[in-house]
Amino acid sequence: MSTRLFELMLWAAGKTVLLSAISIAIGLAIGLLVCAAKLSPRRLLSIPATVYVSLFRGVPLLVQLLLIYNLLPVLGILVPSEVAAIAGLSLCTAAYQAENLRGGFNSVPRGLIEAADMVGMSPWQQLRRIRAPIAFRLTLPALVNEMILILKASSLISVVGVIELTRMAQNLSASTFRPLLFYSVAGAIYLVICWLVAGGGSLAERLMRTGSSR
Amino acid sequence: MTRPAVRIRDVHKSFGNTEVLKGIELSVPKGSTTCLLGPSGSGKSTLLRCIAFLEETTSGLIEIDGDPLGFADPGGGRSRTRLSAGDIRRVRAKIGMVFQQFNLWPHMTALGNVTEALVTVQGMKRSAANEIGNQQLARVGLSDRGHHYPSELSGGQQQRVAIARALALSPDILLFDEPTASLDPELTGEVLNVMRELAETGMTLVIVTHEIGFAASVGQKIAFLDHGKLLLDGPPAEIFGTPRHPRLEQFLETYLDRGAATLV
Repeated sequence: MSTRLFELMLWAAGKTVLLSAISIAIGLAIGLLVCAAKLSPRRLLSIPATVYVSLFRGVPLLVQLLLIYNLLPVLGILVPSEVAAIAGLSLCTAAYQAENLRGGFNSVPRGLIEAADMVGMSPWQQLRRIRAPIAFRLTLPALVNEMILILKASSLISVVGVIELTRMAQNLSASTFRPLLFYSVAGAIYLVICWLVAGGGSLAERLMRTGSSR
Repeated sequence: MTRPAVRIRDVHKSFGNTEVLKGIELSVPKGSTTCLLGPSGSGKSTLLRCIAFLEETTSGLIEIDGDPLGFADPGGGRSRTRLSAGDIRRVRAKIGMVFQQFNLWPHMTALGNVTEALVTVQGMKRSAANEIGNQQLARVGLSDRGHHYPSELSGGQQQRVAIARALALSPDILLFDEPTASLDPELTGEVLNVMRELAETGMTLVIVTHEIGFAASVGQKIAFLDHGKLLLDGPPAEIFGTPRHPRLEQFLETYLDRGAATLV
């Protein structure tokens, strides 16, 4: 493989990482809102959140991406295909992240909240100082997992015309007639990226001290 | 006569169809150590949690230094009214609580646990809060452990941090819910010693415990619960002196090998 072609692969890998990272971040923000709505005692909030989660978890991401890509022009929204791709990935990962966060919040031991009650913390102070930080630590492994899933699932956005790592490998295979080489390189790049994300996750977990009692 | 630190008036508590407290009347005098004893399931922990308003009573009233906590009697035979969250926090500020499972916040150091409410709730400056925090940690013999996380401390040390956390807010009344029940036997001593010292300072303590020897030597008042009723209530000499109530006798026999031997 010439240096030029390898550079093209790396450029495409950069795009995969960038689009995935943006989608994960937006998905986390939406996921927090959906989680808050789902935990709300008000059914006006919790029911739509439940519907959202079951819709976006129940329909394949590929179908979601094709639907969003084709729906936006019908609604008169003309955006670059990258934006459609980010929208699809974000909305999908938000559903999973909302569920992960909900699990985290529900796993905060009751006694820790009672201790916060007894020192006079208001519900908002408890959320900010006790519940959210502990829930986030409990959710971190699931968040890293979700990052890896989205990195790999981002290969699907090639169907809406975004040139990312998988699509680049496909294009270069077709023009050089060397599919094994380019798909192997693409696979290896995905592997390295995911390995780095997983490594970063373990490091963050160690630094944050999940506080498991011995 | 001064107002009692805690006054419990005809308190009932049910979980579903099970009534665990069946009309408890008890008052805790200021500056005294009161120990709640009783077999498992007698309702003693539930009673303590009701005093802290961590459990809501089904009926009856609880007063802390004369102020109702949770529910108030509007008078005139009308049913009790629920107080606002602000009122509950204001009255509860007079109470500190030490739990069986310590309940230290795992993402904060020992000092962080002790100073958290001083900074977050009382708005104290970090440096001033740390000063108080270090004083309280020294008081429980842990001045060198301030920067350790709960997971780096033994059970006995964690429970002493939890005591320091409660003391930092200078409560009038300190409640202990089986503070040594989840500790290894060799670690109970260090916690009981801290509690003994607190009792000597004249702080009002209410302790649910199975350490009968400790209750007999430190307690000024013993309340013995059985099946949700207050069976005995009086000074240890009277409660533990002969002749003993048959239920208490039976209870003591179960615990004879756990420190109660000192009584016999």
